Amino acid sequence: MSDPAAEYAVVLEGIGKSFPGVRANYDIDLRVRKGTIHAIVGENGAGKSTLMKTLYGMHQPDEGTITVEGQTLTFKSPTDAIRAGIGMVHQHFMLADNLSVGENIILGDEPTGARGVLRMDEARARIHTLMESLGQHFDIDAPVGTLGIGQRQRVEILKVLFRGARILILDEPTAVLVPQEVDELFENVKRLVANGATVIFISHKLDEVLAVSDDITVIRQGTTVATTTPSQIDRRGLGQLMVGSELPDPSGRETAIGSQVVLDVRGVDVAGVQKGSKLALEDISFEVHSGEIVGIAGVEGNGQFEVCEAILGLRPIERGSVSVEGTEVTDKETRVRLALGLSYIPFDRHREGLLMDAPLWENTYLGREDEPAMSSGPFILKRKIEADSRAVIERFGVRTPSEQVPAFALSGGNQQKLIVGREMASNPTVLLAAHPTRGVDIGAQAAIWEELRRARDAGLGVLLISADLEELIGLSDRILVMFDGRITAHLDPDTATPELLGSYMTGEMQEAS
Amino acid sequence: MNKQKLQRMAVTSASSILAVFVALAICAVILLITGKDPIKAYATLFGAVTERNVQLDTLNRATPLFISAAAVAIGFKMNLFNIGVEGQMRVALLTTAVVGAAVKLPAPLHVLFCLVVAMIAGAAWSSIAAWLKVKRGVNEVISTIMLNFIALGVVAWAFDEFFRVESETESLLVKTKTLPESAWMPDIVDRRLNGMFIVALLVLLFFWILVWKTKFGFRLRASGANGGAARVTGVNPKKMIVIAMLISGALAGLVGMRSLLGDVHAYQNGLAEQQGFNGIAVALLGRNHPVGILFSGLLFGFLSAASGQLQLEDIPKEIVTIMQGIIVFAVVIINGAVKRYDEQRIQRKATAELERQHEAVAA
Repeated sequence: MSDPAAEYAVVLEGIGKSFPGVRANYDIDLRVRKGTIHAIVGENGAGKSTLMKTLYGMHQPDEGTITVEGQTLTFKSPTDAIRAGIGMVHQHFMLADNLSVGENIILGDEPTGARGVLRMDEARARIHTLMESLGQHFDIDAPVGTLGIGQRQRVEILKVLFRGARILILDEPTAVLVPQEVDELFENVKRLVANGATVIFISHKLDEVLAVSDDITVIRQGTTVATTTPSQIDRRGLGQLMVGSELPDPSGRETAIGSQVVLDVRGVDVAGVQKGSKLALEDISFEVHSGEIVGIAGVEGNGQFEVCEAILGLRPIERGSVSVEGTEVTDKETRVRLALGLSYIPFDRHREGLLMDAPLWENTYLGREDEPAMSSGPFILKRKIEADSRAVIERFGVRTPSEQVPAFALSGGNQQKLIVGREMASNPTVLLAAHPTRGVDIGAQAAIWEELRRARDAGLGVLLISADLEELIGLSDRILVMFDGRITAHLDPDTATPELLGSYMTGEMQEAS
Repeated sequence: MNKQKLQRMAVTSASSILAVFVALAICAVILLITGKDPIKAYATLFGAVTERNVQLDTLNRATPLFISAAAVAIGFKMNLFNIGVEGQMRVALLTTAVVGAAVKLPAPLHVLFCLVVAMIAGAAWSSIAAWLKVKRGVNEVISTIMLNFIALGVVAWAFDEFFRVESETESLLVKTKTLPESAWMPDIVDRRLNGMFIVALLVLLFFWILVWKTKFGFRLRASGANGGAARVTGVNPKKMIVIAMLISGALAGLVGMRSLLGDVHAYQNGLAEQQGFNGIAVALLGRNHPVGILFSGLLFGFLSAASGQLQLEDIPKEIVTIMQGIIVFAVVIINGAVKRYDEQRIQRKATAELERQHEAVAA
């Protein structure tokens, strides 16, 4: 090696970046070797995204230097970063559905000849070469709208490569993928690296990081705390580096499951979206007892959402019945069901959970308008509601200056704690918890698990839907697997492993019905 | 009231106040270009505020604006844009003029009866838009605009065909049969300020209590803020649309009553014209809040009441209409910027507050 600096694709030294009121990054030290997959791990809010935005020129650091392939550079905008060979694949895709794969890839960087005439043949040839290096082949003329999520992500990567990127930043690339797609992505990424590219891979999924990366840098509370390799550390050790303390454990119970059936779903069919299409749910039957947590595993989109909607009465059922605490509610309105003690932590806290512009006290009141303590006839009792809101904030450790702050000012983890708190505050008998800890930091996760366990021990029946298999196995008393709108397995969490769950979730295995 | 709330209110009203000043500045430029002295013009215009006649006229002109702004704002509160207040008002005007003249009732009851008829007629007309939206998915902006034209045409035709009565004294002016005196809304100040002003204030009070103080209002606002979140708590979005549209239409029915019950006492072409449309501007400037509507309604009322004074100075009074238009434009534009600024401010403040708490705990 003649020049030691050339060994590294990217070197960040002493990077610091502050925003009003927050020190997002300080003393960042990151060395990414050429031709490697370098993972950057950290909790939500640890400062990963801020750092990557710095590297991609989306904002300028307050201090520190950026060195790319031996040259110290200043990026005024992403254009400068792209020129230096850095490309970023965002978590949320930025593709035009109506345009073809090829058109999307060249969009904004079209090869043109004299007088601006598009040279599509040249573009095609280049795209083919890039597909070769990625090991992925598409129909260049297919509209992007017809592609699956995994393929769209590949188009995003091609788009970045087309602009000449040699260093790729992948921001939480697996967040939107199902397990098979994740494997495929990693194969592609490994191939890219073998062809000379460097990949910076941002994630908080430790298993993936350990499986795919060459080097790992851990960020905690705004700064790099360690750099290691998968051979030097295991999952637990990495998790502890990330959190700075022991990892929480979802399991543990001291009480017995109750005998009373609090939620009974019998032979439920739900129609598909279009008339005459396949049923969205087919012959779904299960019960949840008081003090029991029943987990539902499944790749997203296999009917979990429809199960919740059917139980809540938000979607008509074709056949079958739903009972809450022994009362049949099949034909009842949502409000009646909620009044019987049903509660719901929705799948998407922004779309269905919160009024983002409204103060927290309105958010903790949402859905609880009929609770007698908080209203007098048709009128709301604002003082009582505010006091209740303060109690929820206190009990669930929501970090906020007061209950008057609008919901958008809270971090994702605190927003989620607020929703969990609201749903628990009405003392429900049945809780439908969809991804209760999705996108929250480990501290908040531990707090939410603790509350779920405590409520369960006090007799709450929980239907837990989660993509986090560790959470599912740890918390659940029984696990059902959903595939293609049906329940395809009943598993015991004591013997179920993530691998076993995985093979049921992908439909590879099914119980004989 | 706590400091935080005051601050939020200040920020909320900032864009409206700013919009008014922007409009004043732009109109000053227009005046300069046309060779008039803007300082003199504004001195004349705002100097009129001390005159008792202008003061009373302001309140009188603000009366229908309060009501139509409330009608628009209640829809806005759940992202429903009832642009059809004008049409609903027109249908209510003719219906009330005809039905009111056909019954015999003692005085206070007769007035009340007319108000109820007006509300029913307005709500009935708005129910068409509600039905179209809920059953057919027709955007209410499109349907209410179209229904305005239809209302205008249908009312003009029905009036001309069935209900017009030739006046004995004014031969050129055709009206419906004059309402019996028992149906007249009495004046507070004779010929200057009509009793509908009190009704308008009650409408604003009703609007405030309904939207901010009741469970129904909370659900209405929740539906507007996040329909998905409201739905999973059992709020039926279709039912909410229908109810909000009917309330909006019922209030729209009352808009023209100052002109009908308090002034002309019969229906005639052009009665209360534009009062439904002006409510949209007043609601926008008042940020869909009753207190804001109170101020913006008074401002719009004052501007049109004082505009006559301008003519004495040889300044066209249309400058006031231009000003009102610019105010609406400016408020929409400035709103976006102020909202962004405000969100950042709140975020910053929340973070700083938390850091302080954190440090206090650490120490």
